[in-house]
Amino acid sequence: MTTVPIELTVNGRSRRLDVAPNVTLLDVLRDDLGLTGTKECCLVGECGACTVSLDGRIVDSCLVLAVEADGAAVTTIEGLAVDGRMSPLQAAFLDEGAVQCGYCIPGQLMAAHDLLERVPHPTVEQVQEGLAGNLCRCGCYGQITEAVLATAEGHDR
Amino acid sequence: MQPFIYARPATLAEAVAILQEHGPDARVLAGGTDLIIRLRDRSVRPTVVVDVKRIAELDPAIVEVDGHLRIGATTVMTDIVADERARRHFPALVEAAAVVGSVQIRNRATLAGNLCNASPAADTAPALLVYGADVLAAGPSGTRRIPLTEFFVRSGQTTLARGELVTAIELPLPDRPTGSAHVRRTRRRGHDLASVTLAVAIDDTGRTRLAYGSVGPRPVLVVDDSGVLANRQAADADRTAVLERLLVDASPSPRSMRAGPEYRLAMLRVLAVRAVRTALDRLAGEPES
Repeated sequence: MTTVPIELTVNGRSRRLDVAPNVTLLDVLRDDLGLTGTKECCLVGECGACTVSLDGRIVDSCLVLAVEADGAAVTTIEGLAVDGRMSPLQAAFLDEGAVQCGYCIPGQLMAAHDLLERVPHPTVEQVQEGLAGNLCRCGCYGQITEAVLATAEGHDR
Repeated sequence: MQPFIYARPATLAEAVAILQEHGPDARVLAGGTDLIIRLRDRSVRPTVVVDVKRIAELDPAIVEVDGHLRIGATTVMTDIVADERARRHFPALVEAAAVVGSVQIRNRATLAGNLCNASPAADTAPALLVYGADVLAAGPSGTRRIPLTEFFVRSGQTTLARGELVTAIELPLPDRPTGSAHVRRTRRRGHDLASVTLAVAIDDTGRTRLAYGSVGPRPVLVVDDSGVLANRQAADADRTAVLERLLVDASPSPRSMRAGPEYRLAMLRVLAVRAVRTALDRLAGEPES
């Protein structure tokens, strides 16, 4: 199949690739760029494990063709750390015990990070709505919510 | 995912030419939140996928034109929810757009895509119907305006002709004080398709427009001009009679997995009464009961 040249910025770094039209942004991130923090799971846009930021907005990368991301700026979970250290949000997930098997956590963190950028001091309901697109089979929703709220409180300190 | 050719037209004319040439073998890609799922499970097998997001004429901005609010074919749900004019004039549309999928889906899913999929459960359809929205389409023989009441045929099928694509949705700005609301029933809170989705708009003459979806092959608009539904002093029996007449066309499929027909019909009545109450509260500027 004919490939299409694309150019995108991933975690601040410019990348040029040739991609087949029928591969997703998720495929390219994991298989071509080796950024395996972004997880493949439901492939129908329900679980949120593949959540990344595309031009400043979170999307399910399993529902974006790689060619659609031509010219875009993408941030993945690998881009969330600051100077090689965990962000306060990531640290809060550990502190609150929000991580059990861990598979959904990159997506949860991307969605939670996006929520706190838009709503720095969310209510419990806003956290639940902001993370409604991210499923956790371990059932850590309580701890995840606590971690997001704790991070928001930490912004004041 | 099966192989396909990816086309990214820069102009409307180019897009129309591709769609005209390939007919049913071409699929329009806007947000992709439905199409990419269907490409992956091979329930659609186009030879060409036409990405309309970089067409110069399709600006995602929401603009006011000639007494209408125009929402472009590439405008996503998140931008509709955030738009001040939409919030002021079309709250039922904002409420509907706000419950489509999750944040991730709303950042990608377009209003035009929600309509073009022609899902009976499309949450934005009832709201657009009660506001009298039109679909603007461009095609080989020029542009045309399609009233939304004449847009849906059945699940997955619209009245768009070969070579046509939606360029915008227009809602007439209300010329009278109007109260409106969208409500729906899902299996769970958060991220789910509607078992019943319904919108109501009532103006200060008592005219009530009610539209419902997910209870038949396409969303339905009905109108009560008697003023009975909008009259809080009317006897319950009279209002129930009017409502029963309005809901007579609901015919939920017994094959759907989300809810049985009996449950949907029962909830349709409950939701209609709630939406009318909320719309009346909003019309009167009262706190919602």
